[in-house]
Formats: sequence, structure tokens, C-alpha cells
Amino acid sequence: MSRHQAVRNLDYEAELEDEYGYSDEEEELSPEDQVRMTEGTAQVLEALGVEAPKVTKAQIEESLYYYFFDVDKTIAYLISKYIDPPKKPAKAAPPKAAPKHDVATAGKKSANVQSNKKGPSSADGVTNQVGQLKIDDTPLPKSRNLNVLSEFEKTKGKKTASFVVVGHVDAGKSTMMGRLLLDLNVVDQRTVDKLRKEAEKIGKTSFALAWVLDQRHEERSRGVTIDIATNRFETDTTSFTILDAPGHRDFIPNMIAGASQADFAILVIDASTGAFESGLKGQTREHSLLIRSMGVSRIIVAVNKLDTVNWSQERFDEIRHQVAGFLTGTGFQPKNIAFVPVSGLHGDNLVRKTTDPAASWYTGNTLVEELEASEPSARALTKPLRMTISEVMRTPQSPISITGRIDAGSLQMGDALLVQPSGEKAYVKSLQVDDGEPADWAVAGQNVILHLSNIDAIHVRVGDIVCDPAKPIQCVDTFTLKALAFDILMPMQVDVHRGRLHAAGKIEAIDAILDKVTGKVIKKKPMIVKPGTVSRVRVTLHTKVPLEAGQRVVLRSGGQTVAAGLLE
Amino acid sequence: MRFTNPKHSLSTVDPSGETSVSLLPTTPEDMWHAHNLIAESDLLRAHAIRKVVTTTSTGSTTSERVHTDLTIRVQSVFFDPAASSLHVSGTVCQENPHVSLGQHHTLDLELNRPFQLWKRSGWDSVALKMLEEAVAEDTGEATCAVVMQEGLANICLITDFQTVIKQRVESNIPKKRAGGSASQGGMTSFYEKTLATLLRTIDFTKPRPLLLCSPGFVAQDFRGYMQSEGQKRTDKKLQRIAKDAVVVHSSTGYVHSLNEVLKSPEVQATMRDKRFTGETSLMDQLYERLRKDDGRAWYGAKPVERAVKEGAVGRGGGVLLINNKFFRSLDIKTRKRFVALVDKVKEDGGEARVLSSDHESGQRLDALGGIAAILTYPIFDLDEDEVEEGGNGEEGEPVEEGAMII
Repeated sequence: MSRHQAVRNLDYEAELEDEYGYSDEEEELSPEDQVRMTEGTAQVLEALGVEAPKVTKAQIEESLYYYFFDVDKTIAYLISKYIDPPKKPAKAAPPKAAPKHDVATAGKKSANVQSNKKGPSSADGVTNQVGQLKIDDTPLPKSRNLNVLSEFEKTKGKKTASFVVVGHVDAGKSTMMGRLLLDLNVVDQRTVDKLRKEAEKIGKTSFALAWVLDQRHEERSRGVTIDIATNRFETDTTSFTILDAPGHRDFIPNMIAGASQADFAILVIDASTGAFESGLKGQTREHSLLIRSMGVSRIIVAVNKLDTVNWSQERFDEIRHQVAGFLTGTGFQPKNIAFVPVSGLHGDNLVRKTTDPAASWYTGNTLVEELEASEPSARALTKPLRMTISEVMRTPQSPISITGRIDAGSLQMGDALLVQPSGEKAYVKSLQVDDGEPADWAVAGQNVILHLSNIDAIHVRVGDIVCDPAKPIQCVDTFTLKALAFDILMPMQVDVHRGRLHAAGKIEAIDAILDKVTGKVIKKKPMIVKPGTVSRVRVTLHTKVPLEAGQRVVLRSGGQTVAAGLLE
Repeated sequence: MRFTNPKHSLSTVDPSGETSVSLLPTTPEDMWHAHNLIAESDLLRAHAIRKVVTTTSTGSTTSERVHTDLTIRVQSVFFDPAASSLHVSGTVCQENPHVSLGQHHTLDLELNRPFQLWKRSGWDSVALKMLEEAVAEDTGEATCAVVMQEGLANICLITDFQTVIKQRVESNIPKKRAGGSASQGGMTSFYEKTLATLLRTIDFTKPRPLLLCSPGFVAQDFRGYMQSEGQKRTDKKLQRIAKDAVVVHSSTGYVHSLNEVLKSPEVQATMRDKRFTGETSLMDQLYERLRKDDGRAWYGAKPVERAVKEGAVGRGGGVLLINNKFFRSLDIKTRKRFVALVDKVKEDGGEARVLSSDHESGQRLDALGGIAAILTYPIFDLDEDEVEEGGNGEEGEPVEEGAMII
């Protein structure tokens, strides 16, 4: 049995040599053959005449050897193969069309080279080989090899910024944004009238404006926002992206996803009696903790529904006092907090100044003016590419199109991307930025739609990270976290959130309690961590997810946000 | 599970483990019990199928599969919860015509085939308790729970001792976007997929409780979908299932949310008698105590052992919670230590609960190191020694500078 094996191996090796080991042939040639080879080569070169430089000596020798020194056949072959080649499938992917440094293309190139070397096994052989290699005939997207960063500097367009709208449930976030879009003529009055008619049918007239953003069936029938709604509008200086977050506590994962894409936040507070107080205990508090721990530093507080308390300045001041105290305690700097009294339903102080005489005491900015005054945070343009997928969809451009905000780095058409955790590679066939404008490139901070090719749908999921294949993000199932506790922490089961990414795991161990300012270890291996303290915890996950040092994650347990922190 | 010989009972079990106990597993759950009972270096005799290769004098070989009974000394036990199958491997310690001494074999325990077990370390109190649970009458149908959120559903079966994830359904729900409402179709196809999977994986021929748990409205909508599907298909069974289903709030669609589900009033009311609801509330008590940090709750092997030694886990509310994983694959010495711990608590008049680590409450305990205790009076600084131990050698750790997270 074993001997058979050896023979088989031997055959195989010989075969291999036939195919690839042509360089050894010269040594193997008998003296007579060598003589015939030199003669043949001379004859062939002579016959080819002016075309001769198009073929190399090695090619001629190889062909001669293959056709057993039959000069005529060799010449015919060489002409058909090298000098006047018919259209060949192997050339389907011209190397220049492929981006550099790319494994898949390298594979193709080597396939080309191989089949060329193999040459004399006839064009059919080549086709077969190519068939076996399963090379896709469609060409890879062309890259224009732009220097994206210099392109970006050249464009002197409007600045772009995105903001998230947060607040307790029923504070009027969606309605306010609906009104804003109506007043800015992003949606027309006709649409709103139509919505109002529909809303009347189910007896929810006051929800008509919110329905501009709440488009899902469940959202409309229940009157709550469930998922993030994105919309955009432009002012004279800036183009804004609205991320309207749900306020209900069950949909905080969606709110986290929205907040992770935002530069700054609008915190909507219901000023009507009782509602403010219950909100402060509820999601007003949790949302502001979350946006702060996700790195949003600028916050505009819209004190909504002030018309219901007859634009009482007292009420406004009371709320401003409490909320400002609370927000500075959370870690917002006073200069980054602004307060605007508004009426979301009627549109006072959103785009236009209020005309209500009762509100004449307010002389400050409108909400839109405050938004324009906000500087978007600095973009990590030069870092390696990172983008969290917030949606996977099918578009006419590609069966797999993804949307998301580029967290860091830049990309352009034709770029190869790596999707983690699947580890599959894809190419950017085309891309659209912000409001669906086709573009050649995009940089950090922009919301993009990428149309991908060369990847299967099962490898791309919401929450996955798209990154640069040269500097990929690693997938981990354990990590240490410098965490600020909002609730008591002990080894327990938690949900880990980072943008759209949502994974189940547990706190494996608490390594130490740290000093809040200096980061020094105060106590090692504590039993529990008290709210408000910073500690180093080790978290394990059930599955591997793409995470890396410096990212901000949120830990939740039992429907409560228990901690937020920075990956170490 | 029952004794093969109807005359046998718990009282006839020889505590030294010298004589064998012969058991007959009858339900898939029994495999889990067997998994807990069979420990390393025990002797196990069961039916086996073995491929025997014979070489004739000319050198040609023939192989045949023989049915035989084999006795092995257990080296490792592998339990597959999804399939409820138990594979026990070890070395043969009783020769027979087909198999010689010392050969390795993996016994696959099968339902309705008896096995014999000799315990090398004897039947201690914990093992006896496990055996008692194993041979006790089945307490009824397992509860089925579908824990879901948008685009994710975990279909699990909660028995008295295990939570088995039967199937996971994942589906991509299109997010909402200006101008279109594709997500409705996405949700419907997700419900469709979940319902088909549910009916395929869970046997509803006998009525069994069904819990639908989710944040938001997913579970409620799913129940509505089941009802309308039942009417559309004029399927009486499906209509009944939908009607009896209980919708419970959970904060996520991951399985560990079952903890919240099991302590919700809806579940407590209908399933008060189930073992797992008691365990869940015990774990809640423990967490509540830990939260207060009043020195009456401790976790981790060392502090708990010290507390028990002091007699703090005794009459009047002392509870020792310990995962059965602790008793599974420990060497005999450590096992004895923990058995002694359980015995001591019982002696002191406290409650010792062995939690199943295949249950959600057990998983929670697992996060705390698998062992915890509620004390009758507060003791502080039980963990002090540990801190000092941890402190050695790590003294030179560089102090980090720079901005903190907030």
C-alpha cells in the first residue's frame, strides 16, 4: 500500500515538473536534443522575422520541446499565442484595473503568469485552468488612485455635521424634528397635510409631524419611535444630518447606534408639569450619560412644550438650573451646553424666533442658529479606515449596499475593504455620500452608502466593521475596559454595545478600582464597584466581535446602562 | 430515570460505591442527570458497539461490528445539550473476547438501555441528592421560551435542570429610510422564519407553556402574527398555541434575558411550582445583598469557605449557592472539600442549593465564580487575604497617566 503511495507521489511530482519545472529541462535534455533545440530556435527566429522580438527565447524553446522540435507547429503556435493572440478569457481582468496590494488580484495575476508559462498545453488548457480557478469574469471596480486627503482639502464645500436628538419618551423629539424639516422646506406642507389626514383616521392628529420621521407601521400605530430615523437639511453654512433617536427605554440599543454617529446632541426636555421630573429620573438622565460616555461633548438642551406652561420664564429657569447642574456633573463643560426654549409642535424658536408676546423675555438664538454655532468634532482622517455598518440593503447598483458613518480614515471607489468579523474581502463598486450624491471618495465623518462587489450577503451584517485590509481591526472575545460605573458592577452578565454592534457577554473579573483623575490603582480585585467610580474590568463575550483599543463601549444589564468605558 | 431493578431504591444504594447502581435513562433529560452522576475514575458498564478487526494467518483482515457490554474506567465525559447525548470515554477494565484490557473506548449512552455505575469515591451527600433528583418523577412538560428582538430570536426549552437553546433565528431587517417602508416586509419574513423554526424544533403535540419575550413590541406582534397565521391556515393547533402564549417583557433578545423573564410576575404566577423560578429569586436575593455591600453576601470559593467555617451560613436565612459544575470534573480531593462545605451548611441548619450551570440562574452564578453565600450575620473583609496575595509581584505596575474616560 505504502509503495503504491510512493509511486503515486512520484508520478505527481513528475507531472508537476512537466507543468512548472521547465527550468530544469535544459539539464535533462540529451546532447542530441540540445543540438536540435539550438537549430530549431534559430529556424523559428528566422521564420518569425520582424515579429521575433515579441517572443522570448525561453518561450521558443519551450514550444519546441513541446512540439517535439517540429518547427512549423511551433511557429504556428507562437504566432497564435504571443504575436497575434485571439481574445483570451484569461485576460478578462486586466491587471491595471485592479487595485494594488491585493491578494485576490495577485492570485489572478499568478494564474495568468502560470498559464502563460504553461503555454504549449494549448489555449483550451488555459481556459480549463481558468475555469478551475473560478475567476469571476466581471472586472474589478476601477480605482482612480486618488489622494483622497488632498482631494478633501481642495473641496471648499459646506461643512457637514450630524447630531442626535435624545430625551425621555414623549418629550416630543420626533415632532420637533418634523416641524424643523417642515419649516426648512425639506418636506412640503402637502406631505404633512396628507400625514395629518392619516393620523386623524386613527385619532392621533398630534402625531402628524412625528410621522415625517416615524415611517414604520409599528411606530405610527403605537406613536413611539422605535428605530433611528435619519434625515438631512442644509443651512447657508452647514449641511446637517439628523439622527432622531427613540426615547423609550426598550430601544436604547437603537439610540446608542444613533449617538455613535453624532457630532453633537440635542437633548429634548418636556417642560410640562410633572413630565420634566419623571424624565429626569428616566431617559433624560440615561441618554445624557450615554452620549457623554460616547464622546459627544456639545449638547443643546431644547426645553420643549413651553407653550403649555404659557412660556413661563420661571419654569424655563428652573429647568435650566437643574439640567445644567446635572449635565456638568455628568462631565459636560458649561460652555458646551446651550439652552433654547422651544415649542416643537408650533415651531417657535426652531427656525424662526417666537412671536408669542409671552415669550418675549427670550432674546437668545434659535435652535438652528445654535446648531450652526456648533463646531463638529475633529475627524480622524489619517487613521486606518473604520466604518460600522448600520444597514445592509439591496439597491439597483449592487445586491449588497451598506450604509454607515466613516469613523476614521478615508476610502475611494475601487478600494478593497475587509469586513470583520467574517474576514471577507469586498470592493467598492461605487459610493454615495451624504444625501445620495455619487462620489469618488469619502472621508471620516461622512455618512456614506457603499455599493460592494465580490462578496456574499451572508458575510455582511449590521454592526460589522468595514476596515482597511492592510490594517485590519482584530476580532476579540475578551477585552479589558476602563469603565465608569453608573450602577453597581460585579461579575455579571452584560450586553456590550458599540454603535450598531450588540453582543452578549459577561464581566469576568474586576481587576482594580482606579482613581478617577490620575488612573492610579486604589484597590485591587474588589468584590463590587460602586456607582460613579472608575475601575478596570475584564469582559468576555460569547462570540468574537471586532473591537480595538481606544473604542468606547457601553455595558448594559437587565435593561439598565451599568457602565461605559474605553477599551484598553 | 429509574432503577433497572424495581426493588432498588435510594435507600438500597451502597454509600461506599462498592456495589453498582444500575439505572435506566428514559427521557433526554436523564442524559443530563447521568452527566452529573458519572465522574472521572468511576466505573461504568453499558452497552457498546465496537469495530473488531481480526487478522487471519495469511495477513488479510476482516472487521466486524459487535454488540457487547463493556466496563470502562471513566476518563472524560462529553455531554451535548442540544442533542442530549452523552459520550463517556475511558479504558476498558474488564476483558471480554472482543476487547482486551486497557483499550480505549467511548461509550455512547442511549435512551432505554441500562447502565451500571460504580462510584470510586462513594456516594456522598451531593451525589445522592443528584441521584434522588434523577430518579424523581418528571414534573411535567418543559417550558418553551422564544427570546427575541428585531432580527434575532432564540428558541429555548427550559426544563427543570437545563435551558437548552434549540435554535437561533437571525434575519436582516431593513432599517427605515426616508421614502420607503421596506422594514415591514422584513419583520413579516422574520416572524415567518421564526414561526416555522419554532414549530419544527419544538413538539407542541402535548400542550406546553410558551413564553414570548422581547423588548418593545416584537413579542406582542409575533403573537399577533401567530394568531393571524392560525386563522389563515385554519390551523386549530396553532391558534391554541398563540392563544396560550404568554408575552413577557425582556430587555434584549439574548438568552441571558431569561433571568428577567423568569422573575416577571406573569411567569411567577403561572410557574410558581417550577424549580427554576425559585433559583432565580434566590439569585436575585444574592445580587440584592451584594449590591448593599453589607457584609452578608460573598462570592468566590475562598471567602465562602471561610464564612461557612465560621458557621455564618446557618439557621435563619443562610444560603449556600453552588454550581453543579463544581462537582462534575473535580479531582476527588477538591470534590470532598466542597461536599464537606455543603454538609456543614446543612448541619448548621442553612440551605444548600446546588444550581444547574446549564440554567440561566446557574450561568449568573457562574459569572460570580460558581459559588456564593448569603450569611446570617455580616462578616467584613473575608477577601482580605486574597487582596494581599494579588498584590505581591504586581507592585511595580506603572502608574497610568493621561485623561480618564470622563
